[in-house]
Amino acid sequence: MSKPKLAIIPGANCAGCDYSLLDLGEKIIDVLIATEIAYWPTAADLKLEDLEKLPDGSIDIVLFEGAVNNDETEEMAKLARKKAKNLIAFGACACFGGIPGLANVASRDSILQKAYIKSLSTVNQQGIVPYKITKVDGGELTVPELLETVKSLDQVVKVDYYLPGCPPPLKLTADALVAALSGKLPPKGTVFGSMKSVCDDCKRIRENKRITEIKRYHQIVPDAEKCLLEQGIVCMGPATRGGCDAICPTVNIPCRGCMGPTSESRDQGARMLSALSSVIGLEGEAGVSDEDVRKLVLQIKDPLGTFYRYTLPKSIMRRVWGVRE
Amino acid sequence: MEKDFEPNILVFACNWCSYAGMDLAGTSRLQYPHNLKVIRVMCSGRINPVHILEAFANGADGVLVTGCHPGDCHYISGNYKTRRRIMLLERLLEQFGVEKERLRLEWVSASEGERFANIAKEFVEQIRKLGPNRIAEKLRKEVAVV
Amino acid sequence: MVEGEEIRIGVYVCHCGVNIAAVVDVKKVAEELSKVPNVVVAKDYQFMCSQPGQNIIVEDIKEHKLNRVVVAACSPRMHEPTFQRAVERGGLNPYLFEMANIREHCSWVHEKEKSAATEKAIKIVKAAVAKARLLKPLKVEKVKVIPRALVIGGGIAGIRASLDIANAGFEVHLVETRPSIGGNMARLDKTFPTLDCSQCILTPLMVEASRHPNITLHTYTDVVSIDGSVGNFKVKLLKKPRYVNEAKCTGCGVCVTKCPWTVPSEFDLGLGKRKAIYFEFPQAVPLIPVIDPEHCMYFQKGTCRACEKFCPPKAINFDQKPEEIELEVGAIILATGYGLYDVAKNMPEYGYRKYKDVITGLELERLVSATGPTKGHILRPSDGKEPKKVAIILCVGSRDEKHLRFCCRFGCVAGLKHAYYIVSHIPDAEVYICYRDIRTFGKGYEEFYERIRSYENVKFIRGSPMEILQDADGSLYFDVFDANTNRVVTLRPDLIVLETGIVPHPTFKEVAKVLKCSVGPDGFALELHPKLRPTETSVDGVFLAGAVQGPKDIPDTVAQAGAAASSAIALMSRGYVETIPYVSSINEDLCSGCGICQPLCAFDAISLVKKEDGKQVAKVDISKCKGCGVCVAACPSGAAQQLGFDDEQISAMVRTLTG
Repeated sequence: MSKPKLAIIPGANCAGCDYSLLDLGEKIIDVLIATEIAYWPTAADLKLEDLEKLPDGSIDIVLFEGAVNNDETEEMAKLARKKAKNLIAFGACACFGGIPGLANVASRDSILQKAYIKSLSTVNQQGIVPYKITKVDGGELTVPELLETVKSLDQVVKVDYYLPGCPPPLKLTADALVAALSGKLPPKGTVFGSMKSVCDDCKRIRENKRITEIKRYHQIVPDAEKCLLEQGIVCMGPATRGGCDAICPTVNIPCRGCMGPTSESRDQGARMLSALSSVIGLEGEAGVSDEDVRKLVLQIKDPLGTFYRYTLPKSIMRRVWGVRE
Repeated sequence: MEKDFEPNILVFACNWCSYAGMDLAGTSRLQYPHNLKVIRVMCSGRINPVHILEAFANGADGVLVTGCHPGDCHYISGNYKTRRRIMLLERLLEQFGVEKERLRLEWVSASEGERFANIAKEFVEQIRKLGPNRIAEKLRKEVAVV
Repeated sequence: MVEGEEIRIGVYVCHCGVNIAAVVDVKKVAEELSKVPNVVVAKDYQFMCSQPGQNIIVEDIKEHKLNRVVVAACSPRMHEPTFQRAVERGGLNPYLFEMANIREHCSWVHEKEKSAATEKAIKIVKAAVAKARLLKPLKVEKVKVIPRALVIGGGIAGIRASLDIANAGFEVHLVETRPSIGGNMARLDKTFPTLDCSQCILTPLMVEASRHPNITLHTYTDVVSIDGSVGNFKVKLLKKPRYVNEAKCTGCGVCVTKCPWTVPSEFDLGLGKRKAIYFEFPQAVPLIPVIDPEHCMYFQKGTCRACEKFCPPKAINFDQKPEEIELEVGAIILATGYGLYDVAKNMPEYGYRKYKDVITGLELERLVSATGPTKGHILRPSDGKEPKKVAIILCVGSRDEKHLRFCCRFGCVAGLKHAYYIVSHIPDAEVYICYRDIRTFGKGYEEFYERIRSYENVKFIRGSPMEILQDADGSLYFDVFDANTNRVVTLRPDLIVLETGIVPHPTFKEVAKVLKCSVGPDGFALELHPKLRPTETSVDGVFLAGAVQGPKDIPDTVAQAGAAASSAIALMSRGYVETIPYVSSINEDLCSGCGICQPLCAFDAISLVKKEDGKQVAKVDISKCKGCGVCVAACPSGAAQQLGFDDEQISAMVRTLTG
């Protein structure tokens, strides 16, 4: 019997997901023994052609890393779908757009302008931005062209499983691989992770969610035992899917939301916005003027960046719709 | 201003004050534009920002959230939560590139039928001036690509 | 309804005579709706709320096997219950019904735009259908009400409310923290404007309350905790030891006469003395003395026991311990009354407690009372002489944004009554009333004002004293700017009476905390609605009587006590309470116990509980939940849903109306 085929295909990623696989430690050898690597540019010397040559649907497990942000990654996403028996969106970027998805706060043109012309450290007197096709002696050179809007994998192709996280928690990756290799995958559409939010695993003491003041992380030394949110630090834990063992809050770092929305939530950011604005300024709320409420909510800097850090492309609004230069 | 633009406005109303105020506008036969359609909830405090974003993403040109006046909430303090949520949501909407004028929070009591009719007229005018919300259209195009 | 069963919706469009049909093309609405998925039947009818109209629904449910019904007609605030009953008659759960308002929200407000109104009506009904698809059957449960009431506070409000409930045939437990019932009214000499003797009208009620077979008095007792909810409150009381066996004591009072120790009397506000074993006041009910261990020689030094030695029935028991009493009651009446604003601490410019001859109105009542420290003679505290010149100052602390913003509502008339006390006891005395406005709104109060105003020796000065000072000879004086004459007047009264502002009784704070009922910015109990539900609180089954809700005179207090009693009686005689179907429901499989929802609930219906695995989840007490959905909208994970208004149902409506 031939070994199951595994491919790890990158999109717009930072390779953090790859590194997280190394955290499997020696168990990675078991994975390598148990599978046949069909494609994994980070680790295996296989060419794109090799992948293209494989029959459609012949790769048992495809982990797709990263968001879809240009025509190349879009093509890779489609290829991944074509070749995969089980396509897993691996990591926050593939699942929700992730950090690259924050590009959706600006237009493609403004991003190119900023990157190639307007940034202070750039010298580009001719104002050249990458062209898709550049004619040179002996033919044409092409570079991938940015999409106007960064997308999650499932906004491009159908996805079978989701494994969120930035990077995905090792335990969940192991669970998914074991399930896939033993042929015991859950129903399609399953998100590997908890049904509950990060708070379920968080060991911090939760007593009273009446928040009087929002504090930014550098402003206080948080109490190591108490809920960070209750200390005024914006922790996305309540609105974020668990399964990560709450590793960030455990080491005094507030949850940033990389596991995405919970199982019953469509929009992580709006959910957290509602939760936080409900409990902030709860004390003595009756005597407060509209102006004071406005000041109160102004304490939350950059709501979009705070609440949608990993999920902007997958949110209800998907992107910013005005041009922001 | 675009010709033939009929704003599509979604109204959330609490059962006790605002919905009753709208009923009163009806029984008093106060005429206001037909562009508003109402979803009744028991308290304005039930309204989740998710639903407001959904409305804008789905083609609403304006969203009007109404509740009992401060101090009059049937559930004591639900409207205070609404106020805070809407004020923070306004900022988020602006970041999303949705004019914050498309979202409005008004307190309407059960006796303020006339006030509601006036708000309705005013808000429809305001949205007419802003023009259509194109997000839904653009989102549909994005989806069509997939 | 069975899971996975096909959704079959019936849509009924009402003409409402011409109210809808003259504007909205009802046939077109029905026709458009018949094309909507899951709509099995769509009809229009002239009057859906009529019996034949309702029968159409009942019959269609059977004939077309409908499992959801949508009626497009008037406001649900009007006829939702009517159609819910019809749906129920058809054999469906009444909450599998949704109403679309195409009258108040459409035909009546768009009379001149017929085609737009028709289009809007179609949308409205489609949105109702979208929600109807997702409706789930809801349950209304009946919770039994224990036919027993607890009344907290034994002043006139508590006594009146107790008697009313007891007379209606229900058991009442009346709790009073002091050794006797009677409250502040027992301290008064006369009541305005009729000038009846306060004790004469109060004591018969006190005695009646103590003898009533349905009333159990718990005097010298505090409320420790209250759990549960409407219909089923669990109450813990702590009975403080009197060190007197109540069953044996005959109230003869020998012990009091034999007790060698005297201390200032609380009842006389420190103006008179009492013994270490004492009756609260001569007409105390129950007429059983109390030993005050702080001043009792035996408790302090271990010797004396004079009272024990002389007690004829041997009722003294120095070993008595606090006794915990547990009760289950269906309704609670709060009647904790009022206390006086602390003028000594907060308004030192009045010199109260600094100068002996500056007293409060309530202290004057004790001086006038025949059973008071001066046996009814008005003698000033400093030297026991009869004052010939008395200043009465109104609004001390009241209507003052630095102190109490509100009006005490009885200070003016009390001040007038106090002027009457002075001139009737000391005919040659002069009285000066320093006032800001005279507010005499009650029945007979204006007439009483006119009467006092007509006295030659009662003078009215429109202004408040600047500061009360003492001269070298010990006499008091103050300047007051009289706005009526535009002059500064200097007064040198022998006695100064402050009509002090009032605050909630000090015990109320603890009771409010125990009950978790809402407190207003002024510290008084907050009524559910200032006009429509003035005796109810945010906690179902807890009612307000008297000054606990805000300043009140006796007539208003008694009226509200009656109202609170009748609310409690109504609750108990019905015998059950219905739960609200639209409650919040938290899915334990999804809840991570983050705790966001818990402090948001105005009704304290949510608690965070630890499960067996040590993890936390939020739980809703549906008997307390009022169904606002505040917690649901705040739930960051979607674990909380409001039955009848869940996220999916609202989303479906949003999409239909905006798409």
